[in-house]
Amino acid sequence: MIAAPKPDLVTVNIDGVDIAVPKGTNVIEAAKQLQKDVPHYCYHPKLTVAGNCRMCMVEMGMPAVDPATKAPVMDAATGKQKINWIPRPQIGCGTTVAPGMHIKTSSPMVKDAREGVMEFLLVNHPLDCPICDQAGECKLQEQATGYGRGYSRFIEEKNVKPKRTQLGPRVTLDDERCILCSRCVRFSKEIAQDDVLGFVDRGSYSTLTCHPGKKLENNYSLNTVDICPVGALTSTDFRFKMRVWFLKQTNTIDIESSVGVNAMVWSREGVIYRLTPRRNDEVNDTWMADSGRLLYKQVAAADRLGAVAVNGAASSHDSAINAAAELLKAGSVALVGSGRASVEEQFLLKKLADQLGVNASLVARTAAGDKLLISADRNPNVRGALVTGLVSALPAAQLTQLAADIDAGKVKTVLSHGEDLVAAGLTAAQLAKVSIIYLGTHVNPTSAAAKVVVPTLHTFEKAGTFVNQQFRIQKFAAAVPGPQGASNDLMVLAKLLSALGAAAPASDVHGLWTTLAAAVPALATMLYKNIPETGLLLDATPWAGLPFVEGETLKFKPAAAA
Amino acid sequence: MAVVTVERKPLTFLERTYLPNIAAGLATTFKRMVQPVETLEYPEQRPAIPAGYRGVPTLVYDPNGREKCVSCQLCEFVCPPKAIRITPGEIAHDDANAHVEKRPEEFKIDMLRCIYCGLCQEVCPEEAIWLQNQYSMTGYTREEMVNDKKRLYELGGTLPDTHFKWDKKKAAEEAAAHGGAHH
Repeated sequence: MIAAPKPDLVTVNIDGVDIAVPKGTNVIEAAKQLQKDVPHYCYHPKLTVAGNCRMCMVEMGMPAVDPATKAPVMDAATGKQKINWIPRPQIGCGTTVAPGMHIKTSSPMVKDAREGVMEFLLVNHPLDCPICDQAGECKLQEQATGYGRGYSRFIEEKNVKPKRTQLGPRVTLDDERCILCSRCVRFSKEIAQDDVLGFVDRGSYSTLTCHPGKKLENNYSLNTVDICPVGALTSTDFRFKMRVWFLKQTNTIDIESSVGVNAMVWSREGVIYRLTPRRNDEVNDTWMADSGRLLYKQVAAADRLGAVAVNGAASSHDSAINAAAELLKAGSVALVGSGRASVEEQFLLKKLADQLGVNASLVARTAAGDKLLISADRNPNVRGALVTGLVSALPAAQLTQLAADIDAGKVKTVLSHGEDLVAAGLTAAQLAKVSIIYLGTHVNPTSAAAKVVVPTLHTFEKAGTFVNQQFRIQKFAAAVPGPQGASNDLMVLAKLLSALGAAAPASDVHGLWTTLAAAVPALATMLYKNIPETGLLLDATPWAGLPFVEGETLKFKPAAAA
Repeated sequence: MAVVTVERKPLTFLERTYLPNIAAGLATTFKRMVQPVETLEYPEQRPAIPAGYRGVPTLVYDPNGREKCVSCQLCEFVCPPKAIRITPGEIAHDDANAHVEKRPEEFKIDMLRCIYCGLCQEVCPEEAIWLQNQYSMTGYTREEMVNDKKRLYELGGTLPDTHFKWDKKKAAEEAAAHGGAHH
């Protein structure tokens, strides 16, 4: 027996085990805490309960009381209170726990009910698993192994429904596969606030479709693909590209904005095929914007930098580092860091700035936020630069100070870590006046004008951490190897530091973190390996006075304006 | 363990002359000279391959000329030596087989890796990959030993079909489009 429940907890008995769960929990979630799987299709923890798939049937009973005296009715055989079992199964998703409730999740009646539901769901299912993108992550396939019949008793003609409907620019619908769970309908209405999906017709003719004259084209449409338990909604981008069982999943962080959406990179043999959200109830629940998912295309883009170059000629890595170090040693240096770089890279850039005795600047990227999972700050890690001390104030979108310094002849060398200086407001004439050292991933006017170009890695190719708008430090892992010729940013920065005569820091994330934790007060108590997958909140009080640009998003409220 | 010493029997007089063995050997030789020939002049002559022989894996067309493979990649997954490599692709909307939606854009079997286990044929849900009677694969380079999609269909040809699953699917779709019983 467990201890007496706290006031807000309700004790229920699931398959003979007592468990205390918070009031308002439904049976599926309560059973999940006991590692009991209640199969379901329409239920989704972040959506309202529809209760229409009927797969989550459980047997339910309440302790018996005498109707007249309200005294517990005891069972003479066991000496415990008698349980009045409801003679028919109940749905687990729509049943909220009540004190003393008894649940059976795997009784013969429950199994029977689920097998019946499975058979009806498969009556009109086309069984085109060989050509279905959902195969391998399909709930119907999963539950069919547990509750399927193995053969079909349905000898009649199956329904024919539209098979290749473009619901919007990114979502393709196969109506024959749809089991009418309405998750996508509820998502569009409740989360995306764009009520475009609905069912038409009745009975087995029911069909999912868009409202007349509307399209599923909001920036969260691909979440309907994620939550579709079957292969009805598929991503047009990922359609027929690769079977999911070949893909390796690597945890990453969305680089689109400072929300820091937890995501997963799906790759095979060094090629990324898709990005999907990863559940983090403190940041993004289970959602992610479509625009962020497409950013994996940057990795294999044709304009990736692939060759180390000094003065436009191909060079070895070491001679490029030496050439860069010579330029930096000559003095009059300006450093341009990036809000897209990881905390570790910003830390090394800060060390580089200290070694050279200069201040670094950052380039801000702002655009309107969507109040959901894209914030106004489109740099994922500006707060990382604040935490590591790389900058002390919020960055501006234009490097006006640097431009003025170049014009005044105060700056002779600019090291840019992945930032395009032209986009940041410098003119080509100003670039021509200085020697540029460019560490970056893609070709741009700055890399074209640079004296020394060292190709580096994209976020999905390296490990590191970002600090999001909540000051939550979240780590990401390397999903795919970098292209030939590109080297890890940390390695390049560490080599530059040692070429300048500083003590060489570790150039891998784990090794660097011991130095990092010792040097950065806000990170003093942690190590890279100790940061949980859901991130750690940092103490934000040292930066509370800064005028951050973010507005309200799904899980974030900005501090009240002073 | 105890050691038992076995006495070697001395050879008899006849055995020491070797004559009975020579006579027996000659008898076999002369008998073979008048018997029918059992060997084949390979490679000019080829043996008859029994039904069910597991030779080189091939891709096949159905009797209507539709390529049966839908690039589900199950064979690629199950292949123990990882000899199979498939690039899946979509069938164009104006194609006669557009209702099948998916076909391999490229299909490669590395015959230097293939172990002729037949798991690809066993796992195929579309009965599209068959180990047929081709048993001899030779080549001068490694590239020659990789069968691509074109070569696989040349080797495979057409096999009879008992299901016509996709034709039935198309017929149902067309019936529905003309106001059939089910939509």
